[in-house]
Amino acid sequence: MFDWKWNFTFEILPRLLEATLKTLLAAGFGYLIALILGLAFALAQRTPFRLLTHIVREFVEFVRSTPLVLQIFFVFYVGPQFGIRLSPWTSGMIAIGLHYASYLSEVYRAGLDSVPKGQWEACIALNLSVKRTYYKIIIPQAIPTVIPGFGNYLVAIFKDTPMLSVIGVTELFHAATSIGAETYRFLEPYTLVGLIFLAISLPTAMFIRRFEDWMRASLGMKKLYAKD
Amino acid sequence: MQSYVEFLQTYAPRFVDGTLVTLQQAGLGTILAVVIALVMAFMKMSSFFPVRWVGIVYIEIFRGTSLLVQMYWIFFVLPLFGLTLNKFTAGFLAVGLNLGAYGAELVRGGIQSVPRGQYEAAIALNLPPFKRMRRIIFPQALLNMLPPWGNLLIELLKSTALVALISVTDLMFESKMINSTTLLSAQTFGTALIIYYLIARFILTPGMRGLEKRLSRKLSIG
Repeated sequence: MFDWKWNFTFEILPRLLEATLKTLLAAGFGYLIALILGLAFALAQRTPFRLLTHIVREFVEFVRSTPLVLQIFFVFYVGPQFGIRLSPWTSGMIAIGLHYASYLSEVYRAGLDSVPKGQWEACIALNLSVKRTYYKIIIPQAIPTVIPGFGNYLVAIFKDTPMLSVIGVTELFHAATSIGAETYRFLEPYTLVGLIFLAISLPTAMFIRRFEDWMRASLGMKKLYAKD
Repeated sequence: MQSYVEFLQTYAPRFVDGTLVTLQQAGLGTILAVVIALVMAFMKMSSFFPVRWVGIVYIEIFRGTSLLVQMYWIFFVLPLFGLTLNKFTAGFLAVGLNLGAYGAELVRGGIQSVPRGQYEAAIALNLPPFKRMRRIIFPQALLNMLPPWGNLLIELLKSTALVALISVTDLMFESKMINSTTLLSAQTFGTALIIYYLIARFILTPGMRGLEKRLSRKLSIG
């Protein structure tokens, strides 16, 4: 019943590890897009233009409440209908970047909103420029609030990259599926994929928690997580 | 625009069929997720080490890997251990088990957010442990955790789209099929996106808000 084959495991491991690099690349690049676009979405919602604020708000809500895998299909297949051909990688990055940008824009927003209003007023009273207010006063105080959010979504985007395999991005999950199709063995490839995911996401999550504690401590704030 | 109306007239029944399967998957997944969340949260808070450990390992494994990987594992690997599930069962099972792990952390957070004084008062009133949890702590915890559960249920609804990849004929699957016969991708996937959005925005969100209102009224009156 339980016929785990070690030979086979070591045979496919290099291929899976190579694909892991692509997964990390996809997650990293997607996250970078999300960080930049997310900031743009968040700032667009702080402008005095009511219409822009509303449109961005609705767009963010829409993207957040529809499935990522459907969005990936949408981006990949709608382009060719209008004569634009995007490679699986490009459309995958656009879809996952946009999806997480919507989530991250909420994190940015919560961070900026978490800074008490008195801090802004004090900056005005001290005649600080807007740039100085943001860089020296607001952003440093917003950082501890946003770190858990940013960290969680970094792990989340990593765990969502297998969805890119549906349009043929050759990442880790895609590699496991190909191995399964070639050899008719599913036990080892899928189990290994699970283990690789665990081996990356658990330490990352732990590191983020540590980093947050360290950050709060260095800013003289109280610890969020008690030792458990 | 004309052609879109015709498109809808032709394919509306299939979108409806798909939506019904999606709702079934989401409904069954939700029930399973709630049960798993409660069980695992209490296990993780247990003072008995082996029980606590099971809770921790379960939560970390299911939160540490992808739902898609878990679903494929359940569907393709479990049969090798002699447990063959049909695709419909495998679909909502994976969704429920995965989201249940996230839910467990919400339950735990909710229970721990109830002020310490409430425990002490319940002990002072000599309530037995089970009654203390059921009558005093849990109702207050429930009120705290309802808003994050609303978000989690939207995540759950979105997650059910993945069951299409093991050929459960849900909304995602139907739209993939329609797309491959018509090649009208914008119309097909656009319609599916809108249906998901409408379910999340006009059924789930108001539903959870209504639940929250009812519970808070109940708690404040008696």
